[in-house]
Amino acid sequence: MNKTLLILRHEFLHMIKRKGFVILTLIVPILALLGIGIFQLVSPGEPSVVETTTIGYVDEAGGFDRYTTQGYIELMRFSTQDAATAALIIGDVYEYFVIPSDYLSTGAINRYTMERQLEIPPSISTAIKNFLTSNMLADKVPPETIYRIETPIDLVTTRLTETGEVATEQGGYGNVIIPAIFGLLLALSLQAASLYMVQGLGDEKESRLIEVLLSSVSPRQLLTGKVLGLGAAGLVQVVVWLASLLLLLNLASSTIGGFFSTIQLPANFLVLGIIYFVLGYILFAALSAGVGAISSSARDGQPITMLYALLVFIPIWFASLLFIFPDSPIWTVLTIFPITAPIEVMLRLGVAGIPTWELVTSLAVMVLSILGALALSVKAFRIYLLMYGKRPAWGEIIRNLRSG
Amino acid sequence: MLAVEVNHVVKSFVDKVAVDDLSFSVAQGEMFGLIGPNGAGKTTTIRMMMDILKPDSGEVTILGEKLNESTKNKLGYLPEERGLYKKLKVMDSIVYLASLKGVDRHSATEKANELLNQTGMSAGKNKKIEELSRGMGQIIQFIVTIVHDPQLLVMDEPFAGLDPVNTELLKGMLADLRKQGKAIILSTHQMNRVEELCDRILMINNGQNVLYGDLGEIKARYRGNALLLDVEGELGEIPGVTGKRVHKGYMELILDGKTIPQQVLTHLINRGMVINRFEVATPSLNEIFLKEVGKKA
Repeated sequence: MNKTLLILRHEFLHMIKRKGFVILTLIVPILALLGIGIFQLVSPGEPSVVETTTIGYVDEAGGFDRYTTQGYIELMRFSTQDAATAALIIGDVYEYFVIPSDYLSTGAINRYTMERQLEIPPSISTAIKNFLTSNMLADKVPPETIYRIETPIDLVTTRLTETGEVATEQGGYGNVIIPAIFGLLLALSLQAASLYMVQGLGDEKESRLIEVLLSSVSPRQLLTGKVLGLGAAGLVQVVVWLASLLLLLNLASSTIGGFFSTIQLPANFLVLGIIYFVLGYILFAALSAGVGAISSSARDGQPITMLYALLVFIPIWFASLLFIFPDSPIWTVLTIFPITAPIEVMLRLGVAGIPTWELVTSLAVMVLSILGALALSVKAFRIYLLMYGKRPAWGEIIRNLRSG
Repeated sequence: MLAVEVNHVVKSFVDKVAVDDLSFSVAQGEMFGLIGPNGAGKTTTIRMMMDILKPDSGEVTILGEKLNESTKNKLGYLPEERGLYKKLKVMDSIVYLASLKGVDRHSATEKANELLNQTGMSAGKNKKIEELSRGMGQIIQFIVTIVHDPQLLVMDEPFAGLDPVNTELLKGMLADLRKQGKAIILSTHQMNRVEELCDRILMINNGQNVLYGDLGEIKARYRGNALLLDVEGELGEIPGVTGKRVHKGYMELILDGKTIPQQVLTHLINRGMVINRFEVATPSLNEIFLKEVGKKA
């Protein structure tokens, strides 16, 4: 077997056996499964066994005596507040409210409950609102109008393509959620991959194993094998994640429904997700190989790795701005800049899509950066290979790389 | 074909010239000693032979070729400071590093088993490297160095840190390899090992050749005009002897420039003296080393 492939295989196997890698790879499906499980536990049971809730009211303003059934909520009238309080204490009513005599001029409604709540449950406030509206409008407008006033719009948006046809992707948060989760995971994973690379090279330098390796293979074979080995491990990780996201999404939309059934994957997401993930992995591995080359030990190299490993999070920090201003040229820059590209592309795929030219440029820049980073790393490796002491100054490194 | 040929090699680092116009050769089937004080340039020379470093000028030829991937497969290198993948098992380490030397898994495993048996290490083959003692780790590293049946072996301080049993084991294995026609380069501070094992030596200091050639010839060259003698009875005056140093159990006679040991022996026999020891004093390599290095310093 080709020596580069042997190193690739060794590094790949070494990587996928690492505890950190296994945990990061499996944590996604496990957490998602747990999430679905917990939701099932805490969510109310079957909708068919929904109970009606009775709430009381005291009508001091007068005229509020009809429409006492609002969905699952029954409204029970009390003539005095004392009677209502007594009913609340013995549990006849869940809560009660008072419509004061000056309600029409102030709009104030006093609500009394024994529950400690962060906010008024929406079902209750809607029921009270509709009860008041219906009574006030009764006999003045037709019942259909009352209903329409209570629920004035059901906004249905349809996105059209340039040819006027209905677009396949209809937008909305359901479209963003998977790319956003995936982008965050990608960022974490790239950071971990960088640290592993620096750690591995640092260990080999510290143990001098590097000399044995280089008496067998060239620096180019060694670094290419290592970088591609990490890339292969990245591919395994992304496939596990994407497969489990898809399976769990199906599970969630069939069991939980609601928002989950609106989640959809942007077009090309799977293909681009895998391409950017693997390229990102390889780019970060190549950069870290360079850091490993100029560092005397793993501990020496890690702070430098953190510099670009933090840059990877930039698209996530500014994601909320992306949702508000999806057309800013800043996103184009972040899409083409290779370190931020993988995550920016994932986020933009979900929000508004990316023009083809940007994708092509971004991929080309990424591949060129990988080749450049690898070439520089090999060069730095030759120069600083046997430097076991202090890391040289940056000026010296740049001079040395120039002179070769 | 020579195993190694180094021609006028120069290598400098930022602050100093590590190897300065060095030339030497090592024949196949030869045990060659590379000696010199710390910082003399031994390791740099070895790294250039292993293609880890490129010389600034000059040429290194290994087994008749400039270093390339196929010659690298015929090299075995034991660096001075050792280490293997700590978390990897002994057998996996040996097989992986052998595969990088172009040996397939099956043959590597077979050969590794054979060497582990030979060194009494087969019980530990499924242990992780980090579970081994330092000496055991060193034996494993030695196995890694020879498992691919290299034609040229370069060993930097191979005996450092080994106990007497393992030292003997290693010496025996090196002797076997040499019998098989491998060229072996030993780089060490332990002059007694070099004297014991090597045919020829290169002594370097400050990156330059100080002494180079057949060990016996070099020692003969440094042979002083002194005799080691143990006789019964009073020695008395002997013509041609200018000085006398008494040691425990023997004395050292310093001859003048014109007298040869044979004349002294004849004189003693003619006097009818009982001689227990008569030896032409040959300096140890250590003494030569100290003398040469001291001279340059």
